[in-house]
Amino acid sequence: MSIGAPMKRKEDPRMITGRGRYTDNIALPGMLHAAIVRSPEAHAAIVSMDTSAARERPGVVAVLTGEEMASDFAGPLAMVWAPPGVEIKTPEHWPLKRGQVKHVGDPVAVVVAASRGVAVDAAEDVVVEYDPKPAVVDPEAALEDGAPLVWEEFGTNQTHEWAVGGGDIEAALAEADVTVEHRFVNHRTSGAPIEPRCSIAEPRGDGVTLYSTTQIPHITRFVLGGMLGIPEDKLRVIAPDVGGGFGAKLQVYAEEALMVALARRLGRPVKWTETRSEHMTTSHHGRDQINYVTLGAKRDGTVTGCRARIIADLGAYQQLLTPFIPTLGFPVMGGCYRFPAIDLHFTGVFTNKMCTDAIRGAGRPEATYWIELMMDRLADELGMDRLELRRKNFIPKEEFPFETALGIVYDSGDYHGTLDRLLETFDLEEFRREQASLRAQGKLRGVGISTYVEVCGLAPSRAVGPQGVGLQAAFYESANVRVTPTGSVTVFSGASPHGQGLDTSFAQIAGELLGVDPENVQVLHGDTDQGAWGWGTYGSRSLAVGGEAVARASRKVQEKAKRICAALLEAAPEDIELAEGAFRVKGSPDKSMSMAEIAGAAHIPPNELPADIEPGLEESSFYDPENFVFPFGAHACVVEVDPETGKVEVVRYVAVDDCGPAINPMLIDGQVHGGIVHAIGQALYEQVVYDEEGQLVTGTFVDYALPTAAELPGFETDRTVTPSPVNSLGVKGIGEAGTIAATPAVAAAVLDALEPLGVKDLDMPFTPMRVWQAIEEAKGRGDGPRPSEQGRPLGEHGASGSGPASPAEGGGA
Amino acid sequence: MTATVGISAVVNGETRESQVEPRTLLVHWLRDELGLTGTHVGCDTTNCGACTVHLDGEAVKSCTVLAVQADGREVTTIEGLGSAGALHPLQEAFREKHGLQCGFCTPGMIMAAAELLERNPSPSDEEIRHGLEGNLCRCTGYHNIVEAVKAAAAQGVRA
Amino acid sequence: MITAPFDYAAPESLDEAVRLLGEHGEDAKLLAGGHSLLPLMKVRLAAPSMLVDLRRVPGLSGVERANGGWRIGAMTRHVELQDSPELGVVSRAASLIADQQVRNRGTIGGSLAHGDPASDLPAVVLAYEGELAVRGASGERTIPAADFFRDYLTTALAPDEVVTEVRLPALEGWGFGYQKFTRRAEDWAMVGVCALVKKGVGGECEDVRVGLTHMASTPLRATGVEDTLRGGSLEPRSIASAAEHAAAGTDPPGDLNATPEYKRHLARVLTRRALEEAAAG
Repeated sequence: MSIGAPMKRKEDPRMITGRGRYTDNIALPGMLHAAIVRSPEAHAAIVSMDTSAARERPGVVAVLTGEEMASDFAGPLAMVWAPPGVEIKTPEHWPLKRGQVKHVGDPVAVVVAASRGVAVDAAEDVVVEYDPKPAVVDPEAALEDGAPLVWEEFGTNQTHEWAVGGGDIEAALAEADVTVEHRFVNHRTSGAPIEPRCSIAEPRGDGVTLYSTTQIPHITRFVLGGMLGIPEDKLRVIAPDVGGGFGAKLQVYAEEALMVALARRLGRPVKWTETRSEHMTTSHHGRDQINYVTLGAKRDGTVTGCRARIIADLGAYQQLLTPFIPTLGFPVMGGCYRFPAIDLHFTGVFTNKMCTDAIRGAGRPEATYWIELMMDRLADELGMDRLELRRKNFIPKEEFPFETALGIVYDSGDYHGTLDRLLETFDLEEFRREQASLRAQGKLRGVGISTYVEVCGLAPSRAVGPQGVGLQAAFYESANVRVTPTGSVTVFSGASPHGQGLDTSFAQIAGELLGVDPENVQVLHGDTDQGAWGWGTYGSRSLAVGGEAVARASRKVQEKAKRICAALLEAAPEDIELAEGAFRVKGSPDKSMSMAEIAGAAHIPPNELPADIEPGLEESSFYDPENFVFPFGAHACVVEVDPETGKVEVVRYVAVDDCGPAINPMLIDGQVHGGIVHAIGQALYEQVVYDEEGQLVTGTFVDYALPTAAELPGFETDRTVTPSPVNSLGVKGIGEAGTIAATPAVAAAVLDALEPLGVKDLDMPFTPMRVWQAIEEAKGRGDGPRPSEQGRPLGEHGASGSGPASPAEGGGA
Repeated sequence: MTATVGISAVVNGETRESQVEPRTLLVHWLRDELGLTGTHVGCDTTNCGACTVHLDGEAVKSCTVLAVQADGREVTTIEGLGSAGALHPLQEAFREKHGLQCGFCTPGMIMAAAELLERNPSPSDEEIRHGLEGNLCRCTGYHNIVEAVKAAAAQGVRA
Repeated sequence: MITAPFDYAAPESLDEAVRLLGEHGEDAKLLAGGHSLLPLMKVRLAAPSMLVDLRRVPGLSGVERANGGWRIGAMTRHVELQDSPELGVVSRAASLIADQQVRNRGTIGGSLAHGDPASDLPAVVLAYEGELAVRGASGERTIPAADFFRDYLTTALAPDEVVTEVRLPALEGWGFGYQKFTRRAEDWAMVGVCALVKKGVGGECEDVRVGLTHMASTPLRATGVEDTLRGGSLEPRSIASAAEHAAAGTDPPGDLNATPEYKRHLARVLTRRALEEAAAG
């Protein structure tokens, strides 16, 4: 059995010995190096550019401005969301800007030189005169009358509005006995893979090969081909080993287009490697939403309806999926709960900042953050136990598949089951006793529990494609499975992993279904000249969609192998079974063949194959799922807050997730660990900060604080197994689950720790200063600290009437 | 200005000589001149540790060492860890414990861990975590990296 | 990521180093461990045209006990201080600088000469009332730490002077405490406090020194705290009361992570903690 085993990764031997092939490791004969001249202004007109000094520097091959490269591009950078009936304001977005710059880091010229050092030196020689204009940075301010306009021609900073709902929200909130309202901020973050972006374009004959740090090589070829007017057969895109993506490499970037254009112009390979500062400035950011949420419930805790107004800061341009990302959370904007009415309204906003787009979780962490914290607030307002409120509103497992008020069908779930399992590991009552005794000593510990459902396995094309929510794309995934004459297997996948371990898990799937040791299954991907067209790796889709395609192609091969085996063993195909790694005649286990023997016969048959069997042993599958998959779980986080300094430390973290049956449980744990830390990073450490003039304050890893090992505890992980009916493997994605679950858990834990001090509301990131300021403010209000406070069950928070400052009594309006 | 400077260093046991621009960083010399691309660059500010190599047996961030500063010294990179045909126990442990995902931080992480175990052969979890505070990983959440270092330590590994 | 071009020399004697500095003036920079200078050069916030590397100059490294104190060579690396627990708070502070890779390269002389008020060692040397031995074209001189730090990244060193040695009193019988507040372990101090306490026979505070990191454009002594505590009790209440003076006379620079107000608050909290630690030691 290879499926379900914690098989060691096939990727590892090269990576632990320093033999990984990352893009920046590639050096080609005659290769030139590019450096980009970028705007130091957040918003300005380009008055003049003088590139003469740069051109004269020895070693410089070319210095090109946006005007000079205008003819290189048949079209601007792509944005692919066109929701039916909605106009999304989309400015032309050229790789090098002409006339105006709209954010710090906007590229205005490119320098190509014999060495990277000379290119960087010459980029500093380019003199650009700017006429600065007022910048707008805050998305709510940007929507106000009289705000500076990012794009004068649109007459507004509002990019679009999009709404979706189900059930009668007005009636739902009117019939509520209690409503709670709150404003949440999901602040801007960076993907920050440790590998910076890098692109190398190499002219080859009448075509170009682009090596790039991308999650989407096939989409990149498709988009760049259009932008540059190159037929797809003349453009090859290769994603070598990619050092992490987290969504930041789910993009078709200006620099990729530039390198291809430069290679065509100059006839030599050209390489550009991002500096970390460039990453912070010009690799797309994530999150940056403000959420106004209203939740209504009956006195017994039954939620009647949920309304959310979502303001999404999209930055200065529309990149590949920029306006769509906030919307991506909508299918789970009812959480794990049976909300009879849900009403959602999205407003996109231009600001003079880098674009936002997909970053790990992409819309779903933002949604889960406010859903879970609103459930806590509602429980407090009702004087009800927080977990009891959740249990009361959970969709029971026997009701799956469950159609939500939004018309989304959750495939399978057991939300009580994961929460119960969590509480087996995490003894909440014991924690409350410990918390009380620590509080008596002046120590502040708090717990937060989040339950989540996430939507992934992107995606059924009919749901998200042109006829669905309007992405101008499809979301099937492809696989080609080839058995060689000696019984080795090559799997070509349209997925494009960058740390997920698909070389291993896909080998396990194919190996299992073909009776071959996964060690002898080679998985190839990331090269548009190899294998079938594919949509790449993002949105926790690769196993549930790409893996299913591998399974389907493998089963086709298995069927053909059985037919060949049957012919050779003179049995009926339906009497051949694959068992214990061999193809054998049912009831006659001595009559059997290995895959190697069948593969040999398929390629070099000892006798002629029957006329209805073609030679060879190779099949493809294009799998477009019928539905998304919906992994879920329950997480508990314990933090300790230093009441004097405000510093927050995560001291314990327990995660119970359900992503269906494991292909490789070791890989699942790894994904969960990394996802949790990504979210802890957002909750406690990381924030992309622009000042009021639009200058980026967090331009390096000094200021953009990724947590290190020293800031974190180990994690306790567990799983329940609820198969998905959507695919034959029963699997659901797990790459983003930790990131989706953990921000509300951390936030609730911080607020719980601060409860005796009277702090009731605080936005992420919970930096020491921000926590300290909140404590001071609460002291000033006179509702804290209360040194005699004892730890109490979760549900008793706020029972004394200290609910949100201004609940919308009666709701509705 | 900027005449080149001759340097000679023993890299992974072999003497390597070059003429370099003074501004050449050790990491660029290793990667671009010597083709030792296992040492990676992840930031500009001496934070991420992806470029960690050993200089005379001590872990250093090779993005913050000039190549000329390595003149006359011994450099060990991930390619030179362990011996021919046999992985270093830390390399084995990183695979065994799933201490890597995308693999980009891994060479630096392993080189930092090797020195950590040299300085402290049986570290506690906390000592491991603090010992690796100069190395960023975005994939693993560090959990399995700590497990890997513990596993290597349990074998009595010294670099 | 790539520095501006520069010329480079690695002299084999201190005299030659001083001569090169004199020859190139303000455009030249000394290179010791490089862990303050090279990061600035890589992001091109510094672009000296000449680097004078001290790596070949003999006799600048090592820790020795002499004349009732410590002599620490300027090229002594943080790791060597970290591994010398007999140096007390100097060792402790050094062990908390950045990360091990940085400590394996950074030097005490380089750290002091850089004059960054966010670095750990300047406030420690200041609290110790140490001295810096320097060599320039006009010979040797010693500069008390109290006179050395002039402003942000500005010291009393002349352009042609090289720090050769740091001299510290042994402070036998003193207890010490060191508190460094950071968001992450590898970060610079948001605020740091070095406390040194000498207890009298009755357990009272015979003498006390408190150094503050990142509370102004230079490291500072918290003289208000010292004056309040000196000669008095070391009971927790006395310490807490004295620590309330920690922010007096400071002018902390605000940044992304801390407003001046928050830093002043941290200084008071950390001073109390450092003094408690020192009093217990």
